[in-house]
Amino acid sequence: MANPLRAEVVRLYKNLLYLGREYPKGGDYFRDRLRAAFNKNKEVQDPEKIKEMITRGEYVARELEALYYLRKYRAMKKRYYEE
Amino acid sequence: MSGRVLVGVKRVIDYAVKIRVKPDNSGVVTDGVKHSMNPFCEIAVEEAVKLKEKKLVKEVVAVSCGPQQVQETIRTALAMGADRGIHVEVSGKDYESLGPLQVSKIMAALAKKEEAQLLILGKQAIDDDCNQTGQMTAALLDWPQGTFASEVTVEGEKLKVVREIDGGLETIKINLPAVLTADLRLNTPRYATLPNIMKAKKKKITQVKPSDLGVDLTSRLQVLRVDEPPQRQAGVKVETVDDLVSKLRECGRI
Repeated sequence: MANPLRAEVVRLYKNLLYLGREYPKGGDYFRDRLRAAFNKNKEVQDPEKIKEMITRGEYVARELEALYYLRKYRAMKKRYYEE
Repeated sequence: MSGRVLVGVKRVIDYAVKIRVKPDNSGVVTDGVKHSMNPFCEIAVEEAVKLKEKKLVKEVVAVSCGPQQVQETIRTALAMGADRGIHVEVSGKDYESLGPLQVSKIMAALAKKEEAQLLILGKQAIDDDCNQTGQMTAALLDWPQGTFASEVTVEGEKLKVVREIDGGLETIKINLPAVLTADLRLNTPRYATLPNIMKAKKKKITQVKPSDLGVDLTSRLQVLRVDEPPQRQAGVKVETVDDLVSKLRECGRI
């Protein structure tokens, strides 16, 4: 992997791994898919392409945060507020 | 308004976990079960951090009462933006009987000791659903309270609070110092991401004992029994409308 971007990619991976622990289908399911996705792109050298993939990874992280928030909000709303 | 905000956070069984009652009906199974911060407490922390980001307060202090494990919950609050934490050590039998009255005595003592301007709590905990701690603390401190807050604005030395009540929304103006309890629609709590959790490791958590604060933890309540809610009865299928009518007559419904 391109040297300066290696740290960013590893940071992204650790972030996603941490976020994936709460995944509704199971942390293991998420971790396996995450590893497969990162492994598939292991050989890419072009810094532009790597940056693009990092952006996509950050997008996934934001989507996960939104998913978790909505799940929690809807559960609380259903339990505590008259529909 | 500038000064210190105290935020109370509670470590509860995670909202998504299926609760199991212990075989001896003395309580709920907590060993090995996933715990996290009470959702309403998350909203309280988020509100305090937002006030700090708007430069309306100087310091956000996260407080939690319980055994060693509550430090995880305080760390989550620190990762969300609190400046430091206070862990009030309560364990064993005292922790099992810890209820809103004891917690509110602790909070009141801490609010005085830390010279807090504002105390924000979640409106209720999802494990005991008491909805009492905020109100009791305000009474002990003789501070005004803005409970079920769905919107908070600072207006000089006063707070304008919009409260969610049965009839709709109520807007009140209260003096500082005050106690607020956070309702669901107050804000959208941020997620404590890994980089923030790493940064939060540098923040301090002080340990305090209830005896240092002069608080007596004896409970006046005793849990006699904990039962599961009754199982849902299976429905009955009928073939024709006449069957339905006769079955309804049998049950005495018509």
